[in-house]
Amino acid sequence: MSIHVRDISKSFGAFKALDRVSLDVPDGTLLALLGPSGSGKTTLLRIIAGLEHADEGVIVEDGEDITERHARQREVGFVFQHYALFRHMSVFENIAFGLRVRKVPTAEVRSRVEELLHLVRLEGLGGRKPAQLSGGQRQRVALARALAIRPKILLLDEPFGALDAKVRVELRQWLRRLHDEIGMTSVFVTHDQEEAFELADEVVVMNHGKIEQQGTPDAVFDQPATPFVMDFLGNVNVFHGRVENGRAFWHGIPIDYPDYPHAQARDARVYLRPHELEISPLSGNGQAVTGNGRASGSLPASVLRVTRNGAITRVACRPHGSDAELQVDVPTEVARGLQMDLVPGAHVAITPRKARVFLPGPEYVI
Amino acid sequence: MTFAITALVMTALVLLPLAVLVLRAASLGPQGFVAAAWTPRARAAYGVSLGAAVLAATVSAVLGLVVAWVLARIDFPGRRVLDALVDVPLALPTAVAGLVYSALYVEKGWLGHWLVPLGIQGAYSYLGIVLVLVFVSLPFAIRVVQPVIESLDRDTEEAARILGASRAQTFFRVVLPGILPAVVTGFALALARALGEYGSVVFISGNMPFKTEIAPVLIVSRLEEFAYAEATTIAVVLLAMSLTLLIVVNALQQRLARNAQ
Repeated sequence: MSIHVRDISKSFGAFKALDRVSLDVPDGTLLALLGPSGSGKTTLLRIIAGLEHADEGVIVEDGEDITERHARQREVGFVFQHYALFRHMSVFENIAFGLRVRKVPTAEVRSRVEELLHLVRLEGLGGRKPAQLSGGQRQRVALARALAIRPKILLLDEPFGALDAKVRVELRQWLRRLHDEIGMTSVFVTHDQEEAFELADEVVVMNHGKIEQQGTPDAVFDQPATPFVMDFLGNVNVFHGRVENGRAFWHGIPIDYPDYPHAQARDARVYLRPHELEISPLSGNGQAVTGNGRASGSLPASVLRVTRNGAITRVACRPHGSDAELQVDVPTEVARGLQMDLVPGAHVAITPRKARVFLPGPEYVI
Repeated sequence: MTFAITALVMTALVLLPLAVLVLRAASLGPQGFVAAAWTPRARAAYGVSLGAAVLAATVSAVLGLVVAWVLARIDFPGRRVLDALVDVPLALPTAVAGLVYSALYVEKGWLGHWLVPLGIQGAYSYLGIVLVLVFVSLPFAIRVVQPVIESLDRDTEEAARILGASRAQTFFRVVLPGILPAVVTGFALALARALGEYGSVVFISGNMPFKTEIAPVLIVSRLEEFAYAEATTIAVVLLAMSLTLLIVVNALQQRLARNAQ
């Protein structure tokens, strides 16, 4: 079942939650709607579910316009962030609910629910009440309940948001396997980029009611389309630079930027990811020992702080002649292998392996 | 310490007066007690009291649920005014309510003018008793249920709808089981209030022995005859009946609450 969203707009009073959003979800895809709170991702999901109605635009499922169809008739499975289980019903009755209201014969209900309890690995817990289950178990019940009616699409609203970190990771790996088994078109909302990238076939990054970028996790991570995406995908160093003749300059280091071949210099923003910077000892004359990559050359800097976060060592430093702070992430092993001590006050050379340049424009305002 | 305060307050304010009441009634001896408390007129009064109170509490519980739902869920102009109006019966002297109700429902009254020709006697009748008892007990039924409805998790209703449930199925299968314990608590409070009501009933019921005389009115008329012991025996029986009824309702409420967890 494919889903096509066309020019959907939705306002709540003066707040524009969605502004002419279009989106295609190919059949069998597991797609993540990723964005900060207030970006419209949940509203979009609720409109696809029929829980909310769009002010403008259409939703098409497998060639059929379902814009006006009520949630009851859409045959979607929906999983809520806070489970939304029926507290007074047993696990069994929760899962059976959709079948009961459809007047499915009792014997069939029983076998279907048993099948689902097996699928979500909760065999033997059918008689429990939701209050007697852990968070992860409750969310699996919610998933089984959504799947019971054999929905055409599965929608999940921050499905792991209420769980603690360890359970969250387990459950999303399990959900990925489950999706591969049943192959149902699924859309989930998340504000956690790690979750989106680990789980999804396609990632849609949203901001201020608009889609910033859609693509595979690799494509979105490697070629962020906008400064917002770059920013949102993780902490990043942002600097002012100049661009002219197809090259941008960051502290004198040239970076290729063929999109701007003009001779007239313009202000630009240079984005450097902490893990795409290399650190090396600074030789006596202020010249870097090594330098390679798309950007050529390196920058002398002094170390301000060093913190170790497991396998990653984070180094905050200040480029010489500047008062900006630059963060560099180095694998801890690499940091140990350096021919120097990474301590505050040490002089180092910073070499960007990769940098991205964005020209400030009205649509790039963050 | 807090327990001691609780025990002291309950003893001083509730248990002590009740003990005096029971002791006074006991002074008649078993036979005297039965003779005074179980006369045909007294039995009829217990029946009217219990029957009208149960009926009124039931009506209040159902109406209270509807009003609480509207106040909690629907935003309309004047909602705040209506919300404030709910508490008026608690503040109004109930005798005033009784007088106003009887003035409305007598043959020449605004409502009686239309209703009496249809055979509906709102004043000086059993119906009148139920009407004023609903008036005095409704605030309890509303105020107990309203916060529970406000705190309901809307997600579960949406989940039910998405799973294909109709509005009615969603209400009866998903929403009602969650608020039923509160509705029953509201019923219990309304019942307690209705059983003890005197001021409004005395003005609207006509106080006809065997027909519209409630037990509290009978107690007062015994007091007016200076038959203090008889009056206390009737009070003790009324008290025992009320207590039994409330214990049963509370047990039901607890069972429902456990089920709704």
